[in-house]
Amino acid sequence: MRHVISLLIENESGALSRVSGLFSARGYNIESLTVAPTEDASMSRMTIVTTGSDDIIEQITKQLNKLVEVVKVVDISEAAHIERELMLTKVRATGKDREEMKRMAEIFRARIIDVTDTSYVIELTGNQSKLDAFISAIDPTLILESVRSGVCGVGRGDRILKV
Amino acid sequence: MVLTGAEIVIRCLQEEKVDYVFGYPGGAVLYIYDALFNQDKVRHVLVRHEQAAVHAADGYARSTEKVGVALVTSGPGATNAVTGIATAYTDSIPVVIISGQVPTAAIGQDAFQEVDTVGITRPCVKHNFLVKDVRDIANTIKKAFYLAKTGRPGPVLVDIPKDVSAHKCEFEYPKEISMRSYNPVIKGHQGQIRKAVQLLLEAKRPMIYTGGGVVLANAAEQLTKLTRLLGFPITNTLMGLGGYPASDRQYLGMPGMHGTYEANMAMHYSDVLLAVGARFDDRVIGNPDHFAEEPRKIIHVDIDPSSISKRVRVDVPIVGDLKEVLEEMIRQLEAGAARPNPDALGAWWKQVDEWRSRECMKYKNSDEIIKPQFVIQKLWEVTGGDAIVTSDVGQHQMWASQYYRFDKPRRWLNSGGLGTMGVGLPYAMGAQLANPGAQVACVTGEASIQMNIQELSTCKQFRLPIKICNLNNRYLGMVRQWQQLFHGERYSESYMDSLPDFAKLAEAYGHVGLRIERPADVEGALREAFARKNDLVFLDFQIDQTENVYPMVQGGKGLTEMILSAEDL
Repeated sequence: MRHVISLLIENESGALSRVSGLFSARGYNIESLTVAPTEDASMSRMTIVTTGSDDIIEQITKQLNKLVEVVKVVDISEAAHIERELMLTKVRATGKDREEMKRMAEIFRARIIDVTDTSYVIELTGNQSKLDAFISAIDPTLILESVRSGVCGVGRGDRILKV
Repeated sequence: MVLTGAEIVIRCLQEEKVDYVFGYPGGAVLYIYDALFNQDKVRHVLVRHEQAAVHAADGYARSTEKVGVALVTSGPGATNAVTGIATAYTDSIPVVIISGQVPTAAIGQDAFQEVDTVGITRPCVKHNFLVKDVRDIANTIKKAFYLAKTGRPGPVLVDIPKDVSAHKCEFEYPKEISMRSYNPVIKGHQGQIRKAVQLLLEAKRPMIYTGGGVVLANAAEQLTKLTRLLGFPITNTLMGLGGYPASDRQYLGMPGMHGTYEANMAMHYSDVLLAVGARFDDRVIGNPDHFAEEPRKIIHVDIDPSSISKRVRVDVPIVGDLKEVLEEMIRQLEAGAARPNPDALGAWWKQVDEWRSRECMKYKNSDEIIKPQFVIQKLWEVTGGDAIVTSDVGQHQMWASQYYRFDKPRRWLNSGGLGTMGVGLPYAMGAQLANPGAQVACVTGEASIQMNIQELSTCKQFRLPIKICNLNNRYLGMVRQWQQLFHGERYSESYMDSLPDFAKLAEAYGHVGLRIERPADVEGALREAFARKNDLVFLDFQIDQTENVYPMVQGGKGLTEMILSAEDL
């Protein structure tokens, strides 16, 4: 099962490698990992997408909690939550492709954020499947390069991860 | 008061009431050694290899309730220490390791004797720090000691660059430490404890299974009281030996791979299992699938939530300090009128005693050749069962754990988790320094002792009257046993050729060496050794080469599939 684990961690050097090292040492899978400081600069928030049985996910949360720098851990996929990912795709945009690409961006509510004579950079945010859908909707031969952030997630409504 | 970083390090150790530091000097820690030179509160023990420094600090901690301290230099000093650190980590031993690092400006420049110590040790410490500012030293060392000994104990490393130890700042030792991200649970959940007590009272085939946590939490007294109050059978793991008196009737011996028949059968066929400070290690329960075949309710008490439901499913988890939880269980039992059902318990004991009557620890003694079990039995008799016994890793370790009966905690020191050969002698050094009047015996084998034999030199310098009992069978005994049983008797590289004359070797280091070849001489040699109160005596027992450790549960098998003796093969 796919899980989205969110955690607050002291914003100290080496903290990230403690988390990633835990996953590699114990043979857990990391699908994506996103991290940045929060509004409280002393703390970073991480979103880890992982897969595993209930037992494995229980161990992952327990082991993460055990790290001295980890302040709080929740599995936000246990209840209603929102996930977002950001993708920047550079596509070839010449001739008739230029109009076509613009139309596709509109359909997906993406934004064209860089324009040259021959290319566009398209910015798209959404959950994983929306980004996947965009990639499969456009002509793959036109994609010059593409970069995606990891998943960033937050619980809906009253579910708040804060100290 | 303005002090250098190095002086601050020493002042911190003084504040923590550290009496011994085990270490080895080098370039990156020269300022710290200079600061050591100018005081006499913290005594330094110069080992001959950094691995031994950490093991000795670890042995010191295991034999006391205190934190062990090791001091090593950067690069090779730190990498040599890693085996010691990993050993302490696996057995949750409180140790603080201070390592020197190249100057801050040189970090990352591939400087001479530079290694990423924090990176290398990260997976085998409870926590580690790189101190980049002299103003952080005091606070960091305070945190290190606090982390090492609270919650689930473990090794904590503090890496200090050379220039930081030379810089100066105002020294003030913090009184309190609070970390928002680190708050170990001490009190067990009341409701869960009530549920556990209820289950224990309803049990028909109860069993108590305890591990090293009982020793670490100093909860042996509470465990003994609870076990007697309930009248249940009890087993202590290799790490938990001495947590309950081995000579008591309710004690069934050790469980697991080389545990007793009665302990393993009672573990397997119990209907309620109370696990205290034990983690269902593969060496204890064998194959978890086999273990799960028999339906039973499990109550698991542990300070570390991640140990609960890691290998087996647990019905009543209780997170907390073992002493507190056991005390609360005793309180609830004593307050209530209910007692365990005497009929069910009587029938269960009848069954347990039937298992016990197999006398699985019997062995064939000989007048011709020394049997290792016999040596340990005699060691137990000669020391009155009250020695601190350290062991290395292998067959001798198992014989020592099986045939020396530990009635008190902190008398048995060995590397249970990591299984590190070479710990025995450094553990004995740490234990002897911490307990100057105690009889300290190191049970070892000719292969294990050679992994840190250079420490005979340290023992000479500090006049440590350790008794080394070398069970010498000229083989990597446990490897040979497995090769015999599971590899078609192909003894690949398990034979120890060209052994030194250990008696002479001991003499070369300035100690007393004895070579014992006949069973009739075993007791006399041990008596002579322990009578020499001020000497280290190296007893080189020439034992039966073919002796195996029984009973045995083969790796991957279930607890009830035991080989009781060579006849079972």
